[in-house]
Amino acid sequence: MSAAAGTAASAVLVVAEHAGGRLNQSTARCVSCAAQICAAAGGAPLDVAVLGAEVTAVAQAAAQLHGVRRVLTLVRPENAEALAAVWAPQLAALAQEYSHLLGPSTTFGKDLMPRAAALLGVAQISDVMAVQSAWRFRRPVYAGNAIVTVEAPSHSKLVATVRAASFAPAASDGHAAVEPRTQALSLPTHTRFVSRSEPMPGRPDLQTAARVVSGGRALASADNFQLLYRLADALGAAVGASRAAVDAGYVPNDLQVGQTGKIIAPELYIALGISGAIQHLTGIKDARTIVAINKDADAPIFEVADIGLVGDLFQIVPQLEQLIRARARH
Amino acid sequence: MSPILVALKRVIDYSVRVRIRPDGAGVVTEGVKMSLNPFDEIALEEALRIRERGQAGEVIAVSAGPADVQQQLRTALAMGADRAILVQTEQPLQPLQVAQALLALCRTHQPQLVILGKQAIDDDNGQTGQMLAALWERPQATFASKVELDPGQARVTREVDAGLEILEVQLPAVITTDLRLNEPRYVRLPEIMKARKKPLEIVTPASLGVGENGARVKVLKYEAPAPRARGVRVSSAAELVELLAQRGVL
Ligand SMILES: Cc1cc2nc3c(=O)[nH]c(=O)nc-3n(C[C@H](O)[C@H](O)[C@H](O)COP(=O)(O)OP(=O)(O)OC[C@H]3O[C@@H](n4cnc5c(N)ncnc54)[C@H](O)[C@@H]3O)c2cc1C
Ligand SMILES: Nc1ncnc2c1ncn2[C@@H]1O[C@H](COP(=O)(O)O)[C@@H](O)[C@H]1O
Repeated sequence: MSAAAGTAASAVLVVAEHAGGRLNQSTARCVSCAAQICAAAGGAPLDVAVLGAEVTAVAQAAAQLHGVRRVLTLVRPENAEALAAVWAPQLAALAQEYSHLLGPSTTFGKDLMPRAAALLGVAQISDVMAVQSAWRFRRPVYAGNAIVTVEAPSHSKLVATVRAASFAPAASDGHAAVEPRTQALSLPTHTRFVSRSEPMPGRPDLQTAARVVSGGRALASADNFQLLYRLADALGAAVGASRAAVDAGYVPNDLQVGQTGKIIAPELYIALGISGAIQHLTGIKDARTIVAINKDADAPIFEVADIGLVGDLFQIVPQLEQLIRARARH
Repeated sequence: MSPILVALKRVIDYSVRVRIRPDGAGVVTEGVKMSLNPFDEIALEEALRIRERGQAGEVIAVSAGPADVQQQLRTALAMGADRAILVQTEQPLQPLQVAQALLALCRTHQPQLVILGKQAIDDDNGQTGQMLAALWERPQATFASKVELDPGQARVTREVDAGLEILEVQLPAVITTDLRLNEPRYVRLPEIMKARKKPLEIVTPASLGVGENGARVKVLKYEAPAPRARGVRVSSAAELVELLAQRGVL
């Protein structure tokens, strides 16, 4: 069925994630992972696929990613939104020329990639966190309580999602060729995009921010989260939350960090009134410095915190904000 | 009215602190509490509510796994499922194979909706629903936090990285659940008694046309995650800021 069947790694294709004419940083991180697979396979080529209705700027950005050989574009009006049912058959067709098909482990990739894998009749490896060979990877299971080493058969194609937080973004110093492709596929019309909420203006993006301030159930109201937003502003940080805070309606769902929310890897993560359930911790294990402020000295969050402070966040957070603003003025 | 199929996986309970077996061949399961995957309870609850609104026929609970899974299927029946199907196998099925089994059941039962969890919290794969939708050539609406059913279509609100997204899908369709879709009901004792009389059919993967999949992913070993270095305690906001500055994080 595939050109790559029975051969060693021939080539790796990464599907680009983009919105509003901008390439999502998850793509650059996926490209880093893909480059490791290419190296492990003795220098296999690495291409990026950009699907959309208007992709000029995104394709240009993808063409600059270090290590990319070609950017393939598939431009159709039906591709305006990343509907998995519409994109998957096109990706599966493109993937005929490749041994590996990768996408980011964001909601975009989690939605799309398994559908493409099933069309190709192959298994998927979700959340690749380390590359051991072109067919052998490490990935987290049980909310990160265990790490498994998995191996896919080299005689069939490999579809994988990449845990973006585990890979640094590829540099933008390349100049790959952009190659428009056309396909004579008829696409399903059973799925219609209606709307998407706009991100909060003027705030750093949780998934790419270097600093994140997160709040838990202890904040006790949406109003109290203002305290946390002010600290985040002082730090230039994005805001995150535990599931308990999202469930209680203090903040919107896109701020949830953890096993079933966002997996992030900021330089600095400050957890305020978060107990440290395993489902939350798995979302922050790659943060460089974790700070925990909690009034319970035995809270599990302190087991992973690099710096812990036992106390009442309602007292400490305003002090912190002042101290940080004072430093910034010097 | 057409039925709703709900896929339920038996997993180690979310509250258990999972331990790796000394031989690295898996995690410790002896004497460990097993439950329905939390997302799948939410899937079942949603199906029950749709049926209770008079918008669906039977709710059929399906699970693939060893004979012990009957216990979780009885729980599903006690919650209100009309009947259950166990795809019995000692060899754990991978998502593509579960999707193939569900596809065969879709062909037999012609459901208007198949509702699954967005991920099973043991393997954290998050693949089965999307794979079924591909094989069935039907729409998918993943990570649902709201489902509104109209004749012939569903309007689904999805939790995505950007916030919330709304899709309209024609039926039949596949939906996977996110945590905030609903809060599953508690099972009451009389229902547990009644559930014993509800039908629970046992089939084999082979009878559903699920073969040994040549593209299986092999798990070579399980390891504990690398521990983080021990942290330090500070006793004031001032000390904290000082230390962060020293470490060059500010
Ligand atoms: C299937 C599944 C998936 C899940 N996925 C996620 C996920 O992705 N992300 C996630 O976060 N959770 C997730 N959870 C939920 C998780 O198990 C916890 O319930 C949740 O993380 C708890 O949130 P919390 O720490 O804010 O609340 P709590 O556990 O209630 O902790 C509140 C903390 O605040 C402290 N506190 C209270 N008052 C103060 C004060 N004034 N000052 C300082 N500290 C104070 C308390 O000591 C306590 O430690 C999931 C659960 C399940 C079952
Ligand atoms: N063995 C199984 N039996 C029944 N349903 C399953 C099984 N495995 C997965 N599922 C369903 O598919 C969803 C996603 O699982 P997964 O793709 O394994 O993360 C689960 O939440 C279940 O609804």
